[in-house]
Amino acid sequence: MIREFAGADVVYLLLAARWTVALAIMAMLGGGLLGLVIAALRIVPFKPANWLAILYINLIQGTPLLGQLFIFFFGLPLIGIQVDAWTAAAISLSIYAAAFFGEIWRGALQSVSIRQWEAGASLGLTYGQRLFYVVLPQALRVAVAPTVGFLVQLIKNTSLTALIGFVELTRAGQIISGATFAPLRVYLVVAVVYFVICFSLSQMSRRLERKLHVAR
Amino acid sequence: MSLVELTQIRKSFGPVEVLKGVSLKVEKGEIVAIIGRSGSGKSTLLRCINGLEQVQAGRILVAGIDVTARNADLNALRERAGMVFQSYNLFPHLDVERNVTLALKLVKKLDREAAGKVARDVVTRVGLAEKLHAYPDELSGGQQQRVAIARSLAMQPALMLFDEITSALDPELVGEVLRVLEGVAKEGMTMMLVTHEMNFAKNVADRVIFMHEGRIHEDGPAREILQTPRTAELGSFLSAVLH
Ligand SMILES: Nc1ncnc2c1ncn2[C@@H]1O[C@H](COP(=O)(O)OP(=O)(O)OP(=O)(O)O)[C@@H](O)[C@H]1O
Ligand SMILES: [Mg+2]
Repeated sequence: MIREFAGADVVYLLLAARWTVALAIMAMLGGGLLGLVIAALRIVPFKPANWLAILYINLIQGTPLLGQLFIFFFGLPLIGIQVDAWTAAAISLSIYAAAFFGEIWRGALQSVSIRQWEAGASLGLTYGQRLFYVVLPQALRVAVAPTVGFLVQLIKNTSLTALIGFVELTRAGQIISGATFAPLRVYLVVAVVYFVICFSLSQMSRRLERKLHVAR
Repeated sequence: MSLVELTQIRKSFGPVEVLKGVSLKVEKGEIVAIIGRSGSGKSTLLRCINGLEQVQAGRILVAGIDVTARNADLNALRERAGMVFQSYNLFPHLDVERNVTLALKLVKKLDREAAGKVARDVVTRVGLAEKLHAYPDELSGGQQQRVAIARSLAMQPALMLFDEITSALDPELVGEVLRVLEGVAKEGMTMMLVTHEMNFAKNVADRVIFMHEGRIHEDGPAREILQTPRTAELGSFLSAVLH
């Protein structure tokens, strides 16, 4: 049964885009927290911790996200742990994002000169005070652009969750395209929605960067 | 007891011994200039005194605090011993006022108002009252270095360490920083300063220490040391820097 591509379909796509955004937010939060841990493990002066973080980063960055999704969605049930598509997607996207955030933030922290640490120390600031008041604010400025850049990639990568049955924006596009045989128009709308999400994100990032710069 | 007491300190970086048994006492109110060739260990000596480097052997006492003790409270020590660096190291994300008030609030626990008042005082003392709300990258090198001095001064340390603080400056900016240093010296601050400014050492310092290959090679009253060097090493060093 073939029907016209209509306004209701656009609404359907927009509703599916909610899942794209929800997945991205989930990955940002979960991956952000885990990424902080990875960045910390990566810079603490304790070799085994560094190695662990490096192993994690290489393992995750060196394997395809799709494979990671499959491992969580199809692999976990094999050892008796039932997961739904949402949980599997949230976990694997978080783990994936953490590997990249960890590296981005480590780089940002280490881009702040050791002399800034020393200047803080020579005023009697504790390690934590040096980190929070001297180094982090400077690292943040450096980190915003690459962090958001990765988030934009991540939003587009959430489409992979379609392959474990998740109906997000891309999958919804497939469904409607199948029903209307109007792939060009459908995927054009899909592309526009992705673009609007990603573009507003990078605009926000630009504004944030400017604000951080004005506040130094 | 002296304000600073070093007893036979030794410091190595890997296999290279940089300080080879340095002993030294500095009294309260003394102004000590440290001179010597590049690589003789001058910076390392200052950095050991405020605990930025750990020594392999020997003992360091500063204002009664044992820097070399295993559980030394280095933050308390650094509150007493301020340090100013060659590269200023102001916090680039904070304006002049907040560069000064940060440690006052966090370490000295002053409230905003009290910290702000101290900041205005010290920044005025270094002649930069009108730059209170400027950011470091809006200041010249000489102005940044004066702010760095003010920031350290604000903590009311018992001792101030200066490591070649005019070496990175354009020649025409050196004078303004040296004048600030002179002012601090006149107020009775105990100072140890690594410097290549021999005239400043002669006119402002009470005492000059000549470091050579990780040891104190000569140590005495400033004019005497600089005018009549006793050793050939100091003699050749002085003729090299003065000509
Ligand atoms: N962090 C470090 N790691 C390894 N070697 C170091 C380190 N810091 C200093 N050194 C070495 O220790 C020696 C003494 O250095 P130091 O910086 O104390 O000399 P200096 O007298 O201050 O010289 P300059 O006049 O060039 O500043 C030099 O040979 C230097 O290469
Ligand atoms: Mg030096």
